Amino acid sequence: MRWCTRPAARSLSYREGVRIGVVTFPGTLDDIDAARAVKYAGGEAVPLWHADHDLQNVDAVVLPGGFSYGDYLRCGAIARFAPVMQEITDAAEAGMPVLGICNGFQILCEAHLLPGALVRNQSLHFVCRDQGLRVENAATSWTRAFSPRDEIVIPVKNGEGAYTADEQTLDRLEGEGRVVFRYIGGNPNGSRRDIAGITNARGNVVGLMPHPEHAIDALTGPGTDGLNLFTSLLERAGV
Amino acid sequence: MDSVEHAAQTPDHPQPYAELGLKSDEYQRIRDILGRRPTSSELAMYSVMWSEHCSYKSSKVHLRQFGEKAPESEALLVGIGENAGVVDVGDGWAVTFKVESHNHPSYIEPYQGAATGVGGIVRDILSMGARPLAVMDQLRFGDPSQTDTARVVHGVVAGVGGYGNCLGLPNIGGETVFDPCYQTNPLVNALCVGAMRHEDIHVSSARGAGNLVVLYGALTGGDGIGGVSVLASESFDETGPSKRPAVQVGDPFTEKLLIECTLELLHAGLIEGIQDLGGAGLSCATSEMASNGDGGMHVWLDRVPLRDATLTPEEILMSESQERMCAVVTPDNHDEFMAICAKWGVTATVIGEVTDGDRLTIEWQGRTVVDVPPRTVAHDGPVYHRPFEEPAWLKPRQAVPTQPEHTDPRETLLALLGSANNASKAWVTDQYDRYVRGNTALAQPEDAGVLRIDEESGRGVAIATDCNARFVELDPYAGTQLALAEAYRNVAATGAVPLAVTNCLNFGSPEDPAVMWQFSQAVTGLADACLELKIPVTGGNVSFYNQTGETAIHPTPVVGVLGVFDDVARRTPMAWGPDGELIYLLGQTRPEFGGSAVATLQGILTGMPPTVDLQAERVLAEILVAGSRDGMLTAAHDVADGGVGLALAEMAMRAGIGARTWVPDGVDAFTFLFSESAARAVVVVPRSEELRFTEMCGARRFACERIGVVDSGLGDVLQIGEIELDIAAMRERAGEVLPNHFA
Repeated sequence: MRWCTRPAARSLSYREGVRIGVVTFPGTLDDIDAARAVKYAGGEAVPLWHADHDLQNVDAVVLPGGFSYGDYLRCGAIARFAPVMQEITDAAEAGMPVLGICNGFQILCEAHLLPGALVRNQSLHFVCRDQGLRVENAATSWTRAFSPRDEIVIPVKNGEGAYTADEQTLDRLEGEGRVVFRYIGGNPNGSRRDIAGITNARGNVVGLMPHPEHAIDALTGPGTDGLNLFTSLLERAGV
Repeated sequence: MDSVEHAAQTPDHPQPYAELGLKSDEYQRIRDILGRRPTSSELAMYSVMWSEHCSYKSSKVHLRQFGEKAPESEALLVGIGENAGVVDVGDGWAVTFKVESHNHPSYIEPYQGAATGVGGIVRDILSMGARPLAVMDQLRFGDPSQTDTARVVHGVVAGVGGYGNCLGLPNIGGETVFDPCYQTNPLVNALCVGAMRHEDIHVSSARGAGNLVVLYGALTGGDGIGGVSVLASESFDETGPSKRPAVQVGDPFTEKLLIECTLELLHAGLIEGIQDLGGAGLSCATSEMASNGDGGMHVWLDRVPLRDATLTPEEILMSESQERMCAVVTPDNHDEFMAICAKWGVTATVIGEVTDGDRLTIEWQGRTVVDVPPRTVAHDGPVYHRPFEEPAWLKPRQAVPTQPEHTDPRETLLALLGSANNASKAWVTDQYDRYVRGNTALAQPEDAGVLRIDEESGRGVAIATDCNARFVELDPYAGTQLALAEAYRNVAATGAVPLAVTNCLNFGSPEDPAVMWQFSQAVTGLADACLELKIPVTGGNVSFYNQTGETAIHPTPVVGVLGVFDDVARRTPMAWGPDGELIYLLGQTRPEFGGSAVATLQGILTGMPPTVDLQAERVLAEILVAGSRDGMLTAAHDVADGGVGLALAEMAMRAGIGARTWVPDGVDAFTFLFSESAARAVVVVPRSEELRFTEMCGARRFACERIGVVDSGLGDVLQIGEIELDIAAMRERAGEVLPNHFA
C-alpha cells in the first residue's frame, strides 16, 4: 500500500490573509493544535470563545477536539447550545466552511448540521492510534487539496467515535458522495460502513473523527498528511 | 460544638485518636504542644498531617541523604520540600516533574483511585506555576491470569485514560509490570511534567498580613475523608471494614478548567502564594501555607462551599475532594481574581486571611475550633527512627547463583515476547492520548518520552522511569542503583542530557524491620548513585504499607530521570533503518542472570542482580548524547529486561525491517541474548559515520562491537546467529498477550 504524503498543493495560489476561527469551549483540548495547523497552512488562527455571539469576521471555523463541558452527557450535546454555536450554525447554513474534528464532529451532529451520530466505540475502550484513511470526496471546502482516493495516515483518538445513522441516511450519504473519509487498514471504532468523515449537501461543513491537526509535522505526528485539510481552505477556488 | 474553649474546660473528654490513626504517644504530644486536649477539629488536622503519608515520619531520617549527598547542580532552582522540584533547562525555561503513588485507593476502587492519582500529581505541578505538559504512569499488577487482576487492570487503565485524556495531557510513556507480589497491593504511580518561564515559579506560602486566602475549584464533599491516614498509612487486612468511602472521586473537566483558570491568574500576576488541595485537603493547605509564610492565618470554615451541607467542621478539614486549589491574593487584586474565575466557571470563595500573629486559627459559626502553631501541624510532625535489620532470608538467597537452564534461544525469545512483562503494552497505551497539544516527539514504546517545550527553538525534555523490583528484592542497594541507571540510560538513549531525578518509593510496612532495612538500603543506594552520576534528586514520594497481612510487595523504588535537549528534532528513536546501516552493541556482556527476565521465566529469583558500574553508565550516556548531537546515530535502544535478544526484537518490530545479526566470538548465544548486564545499549550507525563513531568509543575506552547490519533483503526477518525470527510473527506474538488476558 502506498501512502500519499503529498505536500500542500504547491501549484495552487493562496488567498491572502484567510482568517480561520478556532473555537474554545470549556473542556476543549485540541484548540492549540488546530490553531497551529492553521498557522502551518499559512492562515491566521482567530480564537473564538464559546460564550460570545461573535465570529469576528472569520472566513471559516474549526471546532476542535476535546471533551466540551466534560461530555458527561452525550458528547457535544451541551456544546451545541453554546452562544457561539448559534452564529456558527447560521453562518454554516449560509455557506461558511466549518470543520468539526472529533468532539467538533460530535457537536456538528448534535447541532444537526450533519446527519447521524457518534456512539461508544465497539471495543468500549478509548483508542488512540495512527489510522489509514481514504479520501472519498476531494471536492469539499476542506478536502480540495487532496486527490480523490488518496490514502493518508493521521491519528485517531476517541472513546465515542463509532459513526452511526439509519440505513436510509447511510445510503443517501453514499449516493450523494458525502462520505469524505473512510477508514482503511482496520476500523478503529466500529463506525458503520467504515465512515470516518462526512459532509453536508453543500460541501462546506465537514466532520471527521480522526485528527488532521496532529499530522502536520513529522516531528510530532505520523507525518504531514493532515495539513491538506487546512490548506484546502486557502486555495483560490473560492469559498 | 467542640470549641477551643470547650476543650480547655473538658480535659478528660475521651477522644478517638486511635481510630484516626494516631498512636497514644503522638496524641500525648499534641496535648503537650497545645497545653490542653485538642478540639475534635484539631485532632482531625493533626491525625491527617501526622499520618505516614503526609509527614514522612518513618522515612524522613533516611530521605535526608538526598539533601546531604546532593551533587553540586546549577540546574536546581527549587529543591526537595516544595510541591515539586524545579530545574533550569535553559533559555529561561524551567521544568518541574514529580511522581506520586496512589496505590491503596487504586486497589479498593481502581477507576477512581487511578484517575485521582493523575489529578493529584497534575495539581502539584500546577501549583509550582507551571503548565502541566504530559503524564506517565508506572503501573504494577498481580498475576495476569488471576481473575481479580483483570478487575484492577481494567479500572486503573480506564481511570488513567479517562482522567488524563479528558484533561488534555498526552501520556508519553510509563511502565506496566505484572508480578504475583502485587496481587493484593497493585502500584499506581503517576508522573506529571510541566514547564514555565523562570519568573513564573511560585511556591506555597501565605505572606502579607491582610492578604486574602481564596479557595477555588470544586465544592467540598464527603469523599476521601481520611484517605491519607486510615487508607494510605495502613496495611490491608482481610477482615477489616470496607475502606471505599476513603477513596476520592475525580472530575477531570473541572480540573481542566482549574488548570486554564490558574494559569491565567498566574500570568496576570494575581497570585501571591498557591497550594493545591490533595492528601489531607484543607488541613494540609492551610497549615502548610501558614507555616511557610511570615505570619499566621485565620480561616472562616463555614464559608467553604459544600456539596453536602451536613458536613461537620472535622470532615471539611479532612475531606480530600478533588480539583481544589488555595491561593493567597492581595485585597487589591480580589475583583480581578474573581472575574477570571467567573470566566472559567470556577467557584472561588474568600475563606480566610493572612494575619500578623503566629497562629493558625479556624472559626466555625463564630467560635474558634482550631488554634494551633501551624508549623507543629505541617512540618514538626513525629520523626521515627524505626528499627531496621537485614532479613534473615536474604544472604542464603543471594548465595544461590542464578544459573538458568540454557534453553533454545529462539524458543526462549518467543517465550519472552509471549510473557506479559515483555509483550507489547499497546493494549494499555492505545487507551491514552499521546498526541494532544502537539509537542510529543517520542512516546511509548520508545526508551523515553520526549516533549518539545519551546516551539521556536525546539528545546525540550526526555523523561524515563524504571524499576526492576526483582533486582531490588535481591539487593536493595544495588537494585535501586540499577533502577536509576536504567532510567538514566533510557534518557541518554534518546539523545537527551540527564539532568535531574525524582522517585516514588513503594515499600511494605515500615513497622517491619526487614522492610525498613530495604528502604534504608534503597535510599542510600539512590543517594550515592546520584552523587556519582552528578544529578540531584529534586523530589519524590514514599508509599509504605504496600502489604497485606505479613506479605509485602517486592521493594519497588521507581526512579525517574529527566534529561534536556537543545532541540528535540535530534532525538534518537529506537527503530532502525534504512538498509545497510550498522548495528553495534555498546558495553560489556557478562553472564548475569540474577533477577533477569529469563530467570523469571524459569521461576528463579536468587543470586545477585547485575553489577552496577556507574562510571560505565556515565561514559555510555556521553557516547549516546554525542552520537545524537553529531548525527552519528540513527537509532538507539537500551539493553535491560530480556537482554540483547529482546532489544533487537523490539527494534526490528518497531522498524518493520529485517536485520542480520550475529553472536560475537567468546560468548554463547544464550548469554549473549539474555544476560542483563547493565551499562549497555544497541545503536545503529550509518556507514558514513562508522569510523568516527568507533573512534569516539575507542577514545573513551568503551566496549563497542559490531553485531549486525540492517538488511531488508532477508524479507521481514530478524536473523541472530543461527536463528531466524519473522517480524510479523513476533509482532503478533507480542501483541496478543494483553488482549488475550484482558480484552
